[in-house]
Amino acid sequence: MRIRLRYGKLGKVRFTSHRDVARIWERALRRARVPLAYSEGFSPRPRVSFGLALSTGYESMGEYLDVDLDPTGPEVDVASLPGLLSPLLPEGIDVQAACAVSRSEPSLQQVVTSCTWLIDVIGTAPAEAADVVHRALAAPTLVLTRERKGKAVTDDLRPDLVALRVVGPADDGTRLEAELGTQPRTLRPAELLAALDPPLTEGRVCRTHQWLTRDGARREPLPAGATDAPHACERAS
Amino acid sequence: MSTLWTQLEPILASVQKPARYIGCEDGMVTPHPAPGDVGWLMIYPDTYEIGLPNQGLQILYEIVNERADAFAERAYAPWTDLEARLRSRGLPLFSVDTHRPASEFDLLAFNLSAELTYTNVLNCVDLADVPVRSADRRPEHPLVVIGGHCAYNPEPIADFVDAVVLGDGEEVIGEITEVVREWIASGRTDGSRVHVLRALARVPGVYVPSLYDVEYDGERLVGITPRHADVPEVVEKRTIADLGAWPYPKRQLVPLTEVVHDRLNVEVFRGCTRGCRFCQAGMITRPVRERPAEQVRTMVHEGLRRTGYDEVALTSLSTADFSGIESVVAAAVDDPAGCGNVSVSLPSLRVDAFTVGIAAQIQRARRTGLTFAPEAGTWRMRQIINKLILDEDLFGAVESAYSQGWRRMKLYFLTGLPSETDEDTLGIAELARRCVEIGRAHHRSPSVTVSVGGFVPKPFTPFQWFGQNTVAELQRKIGLLREATRRSPGVQLKWHDPKATLVEGIMSRGDRRLGPVIEDVWRHGGTFQEWSEHFDHGLWVDAMARHGLSVDWYVHRHREEDEALPWDHLSAGLHRDFLWQDWRDALAEVGLPDCRWTPCYDCGACTGYGIEHVVASATPPAGGSQGTGQDLRPAGPVPVRLLPSRSASVGAR
Repeated sequence: MRIRLRYGKLGKVRFTSHRDVARIWERALRRARVPLAYSEGFSPRPRVSFGLALSTGYESMGEYLDVDLDPTGPEVDVASLPGLLSPLLPEGIDVQAACAVSRSEPSLQQVVTSCTWLIDVIGTAPAEAADVVHRALAAPTLVLTRERKGKAVTDDLRPDLVALRVVGPADDGTRLEAELGTQPRTLRPAELLAALDPPLTEGRVCRTHQWLTRDGARREPLPAGATDAPHACERAS
Repeated sequence: MSTLWTQLEPILASVQKPARYIGCEDGMVTPHPAPGDVGWLMIYPDTYEIGLPNQGLQILYEIVNERADAFAERAYAPWTDLEARLRSRGLPLFSVDTHRPASEFDLLAFNLSAELTYTNVLNCVDLADVPVRSADRRPEHPLVVIGGHCAYNPEPIADFVDAVVLGDGEEVIGEITEVVREWIASGRTDGSRVHVLRALARVPGVYVPSLYDVEYDGERLVGITPRHADVPEVVEKRTIADLGAWPYPKRQLVPLTEVVHDRLNVEVFRGCTRGCRFCQAGMITRPVRERPAEQVRTMVHEGLRRTGYDEVALTSLSTADFSGIESVVAAAVDDPAGCGNVSVSLPSLRVDAFTVGIAAQIQRARRTGLTFAPEAGTWRMRQIINKLILDEDLFGAVESAYSQGWRRMKLYFLTGLPSETDEDTLGIAELARRCVEIGRAHHRSPSVTVSVGGFVPKPFTPFQWFGQNTVAELQRKIGLLREATRRSPGVQLKWHDPKATLVEGIMSRGDRRLGPVIEDVWRHGGTFQEWSEHFDHGLWVDAMARHGLSVDWYVHRHREEDEALPWDHLSAGLHRDFLWQDWRDALAEVGLPDCRWTPCYDCGACTGYGIEHVVASATPPAGGSQGTGQDLRPAGPVPVRLLPSRSASVGAR
């Protein structure tokens, strides 16, 4: 049996890395006595898989992980998991939803096609930011040169910029909302800001949604609060 | 008190590993101090990853936070990127628990376990907005105190600290808290600093350097003597008699980010009487005090359940010597809190006590790294250092490990030991080669990593009189080993930088005249000297020259029997004539048995303080030859107190 969990990562804990969060989850699942399935081999590890990595320092209201359960272990009451796990996780990581998913389901990294972000930019007023946004959306290409594996690589980010708008003012700047593509690789907010004309300075960033497309419709891998809503999992999958 | 979090938050987005600075660990305390409460800031003067697991600091953190009249928070040395940002914005050192400024605490308490962190102590004090020299501090400044193994020769940093605590901190920390509480209640008025220091000097185990005069005759130290009649001539270390009365940490901190030793740690005993002559820890922490096995099992169980860790380390200076070690390891592996997947690591393993039984137990869940420390390459050399293990003991342990599935292991050695010949040095390569050969019977490509450190003589050991090898000599010996291991497939050689060994040597047995050298190195940017990318040998050598001090005199010179040593006014209980005799015995290649299982030879550690060994078994652990030539049968007057529980069954083994 595989369980999908949705959680947030807010506040101080946003400074932990993706690897840190994986270890935090392993410990919490063991403390909750969730019967985990383990990998084979010399160094068995729990079979837990995370979705798209979140950069250190970014917050999120929609992170996911899939947990494989030991088929020989005791039965798990999926609906009880958010309430059981949240107190065992550090402040700022709260479990919002849990539900059973099929083991044949493709991995989160494969199915998620885009993410929605709230991006605070520092030192740019909303009106000025709106011009920058307008220019970006009107441009045929958004070129960014960055270093990857020691080599300078130039990419056009425009195809991965699904949506971008000004939400309103933020502390010392402007809050933007962006939907950025993730296939074949994730476009990160910092890269988008660097490719804008002129480049904007990144402040706080929060991932609000991850999206997948099923039967032509855009939906989340698991809506927040899905555990308590009847048939939520069917709706979500 | 005020938190700096809102000012720190935007900076953290641009530094490496920001999770080092957020706190939020499971086990963290958020204090709500009342006016008059004593605030301790426990500081480890290295990065969070190195400092967080420190058990001494965690034990004291808990003990203080259990008090109604005191609270403790923690700080670690900020890495250079954060330090630069703090300094450019005028922000001070802060606690990771509530991000309060360091200067708002009443005490800055440093754990010192390595000489190369001394410049970081100055840097942390300075970042706290506190004058680095104790003489310049005023009543509004916190007291700077140090503890840990380096406290046994605090003279090089004496100018920068207000008080030094010798030995186990569990009891004395409460006594210090009470003195400081009274100081706070008195209003910390002008001139009150002298009084609180004087009161601290009356607490047993506390040394206040500023209350002592140091006299020199040319280069030679004449003595260090108290200025007042109520200040002790000799400060004795503190020792807790019964480890079982102190089951700490009860709530080990579980970090959110990766640290060294990232696992549950349970201390199974304190002290060691194997009597290795190079080992300061073994000398200064005597006698042996075992934790009752039942308490170990409880602490393992509770700890696993509470933390979610799947690895536990049973810590001590020589864990395989713990009475009934196999059953304790088995219980840990099978602990129900670990769902059958707990791996157990035994960080300090003596090869003569490592058996197939232990090997079989600890590899059941997952094979943790395996490290043995033969320390020297030949039996002759091991008699000199009193690490009485035979080649056959090592081969037996290695055979046990390979037969239980390990393919690689690490061997620790020292070079530059007293009277070491090239034959002894090359013995290291030969031992490693033969270990790999044993492994070939079990695996296609076994590997042995040989880690070689340059020997630094330490205070309160029989080798405190020995002149350390020069950098050139250590480099030559490492060269011999590189040559000798080059043709040994499966043997990897690693070594400690001899230049860093030299600087450790300056500090290890240095005196108060080194204060200006440490300050000079720090002012020239010499922080994080433990880190090879920051270590700067030139800074130290230049600073020594600028202050007219001879490296050769401090490091490479043999000391005389009657020479006054900079730590003669401090005591770890050990009689000086015992140490001198042991030094003569070493040079005569005579080994000394472990007094845990044989009659007392009066080193002073027990008799001086009216305490004794606390062990559950009067016999040494089974396995190997024990190398000692001792009569190990349980008979004769053995100076140990047997723990009431389980002693009968264990003793009958």
